[in-house]
Amino acid sequence: MLMRTLNSLAAGLIALVLAAPILVVAGVSVNEKKSLTFPPQGFSLAWYAEVFTDPGWRGALITSLVVATLSAALAVLIAFPLAWFLWRWRAPWARAFEVLGMTPFILPPVITALGFLSFWAAVGEYGSPWTVVVSHAVFFVTLPLVTLSLGFGAVDRSYVEAAATMGADDRTVLRTVVMPLVRPYVISGFAFAFVLSLNEYIVAYMVVGFTLETLPIKIFNALRYGYTPTMAAVTVLFVTLTAVVFGLIAWFGDLPRLLGAWAKND
Amino acid sequence: MIRRAPRGLAEHAPILFPALMLVVFFVIPFSLMIAVSVFRRVPGGFYEPDLVFANYERFLTAFFGGVMSFSLGLAALVAALSVGIAFPFTYRLVKLPRRAQIRWLVFLLSILSLSEVIIGFAWSTLLSRTAGITNLFVALGLMAEPQSLSPSFGALLAGLVYQAFPYTVLVLYPALARLDPYLEEAARTLGSSPLRAFFTVVVPALRNTIVATTIMVFVFALGSYLLPQLLGRPQHWTLSVLITDQAIYQSNMPFAAAMAVFLVLVSLALVGLALLAGRREETA
Repeated sequence: MLMRTLNSLAAGLIALVLAAPILVVAGVSVNEKKSLTFPPQGFSLAWYAEVFTDPGWRGALITSLVVATLSAALAVLIAFPLAWFLWRWRAPWARAFEVLGMTPFILPPVITALGFLSFWAAVGEYGSPWTVVVSHAVFFVTLPLVTLSLGFGAVDRSYVEAAATMGADDRTVLRTVVMPLVRPYVISGFAFAFVLSLNEYIVAYMVVGFTLETLPIKIFNALRYGYTPTMAAVTVLFVTLTAVVFGLIAWFGDLPRLLGAWAKND
Repeated sequence: MIRRAPRGLAEHAPILFPALMLVVFFVIPFSLMIAVSVFRRVPGGFYEPDLVFANYERFLTAFFGGVMSFSLGLAALVAALSVGIAFPFTYRLVKLPRRAQIRWLVFLLSILSLSEVIIGFAWSTLLSRTAGITNLFVALGLMAEPQSLSPSFGALLAGLVYQAFPYTVLVLYPALARLDPYLEEAARTLGSSPLRAFFTVVVPALRNTIVATTIMVFVFALGSYLLPQLLGRPQHWTLSVLITDQAIYQSNMPFAAAMAVFLVLVSLALVGLALLAGRREETA
């Protein structure tokens, strides 16, 4: 009994500490005056409005959303054929590409960022807006690769055999049998890459930092001129968006399984 | 479906695009960075092909040694604290009902994917004089007047552990979720207290997982580049910050690349060790 109370107390404390910075920022974001005080003085949603009306913040928000959407889509386009190939054929050599796809995510991000910086500078594209899309796609390809490997692994091969026996070729099997089964994994892979690209700073900064302003870059640049409630509002919007995306993944997919726990009926 | 080796161009075609993308946009940039590390810096922000090791020689300076040992020490401290808190936490987490587990996982994933900019901003607000936690202490009568707690080493450590904690939980989660519950049950049946069963059965059974996780978190913490700038003082700058600083502000790409190569070697060696420790557990 005592143990249980202590356990809940510890879990509650951890939840509180994890939430505390976000809660304080949320409080600061509704200040009536342009000051960072907590508890907030007065109540105003003007700072949230500013995120959408101020051209600088709105531009950064749109840039971030476009970059995240395109790079997550490209990451899935790279990961899908690779994961399918590894599942369909016996090709141990192709595992090398899987390892390659995992590496940027494990190494400290500054390394990948520096690699991209030297590469884009060498090919004369340093600063071109599209380079950040390719860079993010390769940087985050790990996520759809992991979810899709799990997804293909979960496909019951007897379905595939049944379809093949009835005369379906690879393409038909992929379209009619495999695709519907792995769709949730495609979506969650996209969503993971999307959220991380939205929040990514160092790669974007090194690649297009002087020509394009994504939201994290904008926040960091703005920090140098002092803290404003607008940043707090942006932060709250970002946290909410992130939580909504993961909430949707959990709603439509099997989150514990995606994160490596075996499903109950395995 | 027969799983045999692919034959001919048609069967290999699907892997061409991913392979090309990964080689062109990861292998080549990575190799280029290694090449740049032995290039010679030309004043004015550029570099030209050469084979000099001057950039590596700078590792021998006291300044670099100081940054290096601070980075490694800090990462070790963050890893120890994170695993120390996250292990018992995850152990409890996997026993919760599925719905509650999912709620925690969504919460942890959301924090994990937050930009370092946002974490840094949120923590410096939490530790600031005007909006910070000290106002609460004043209200409770624990402190005379509010004060700023950031930038400081404590603030940096708090921010780093905050960032690393969700990562640690998610690395530990699969191993703990798959741990045979009968192991602990047997210990309890034989009369162990829950605490004793945890320390004498669960912890030893997952010793290699704990080692592997600690190393992974260590590498994760080594990668932090913004929190030291936002929550720490200049003497708290880590190797990642120094690399960014050299590459962007000092325009010394060759030196930045040399440090990055060094960081890669350290990280890869550590990840290799972690994989080895993890594998041993699977065979045991």
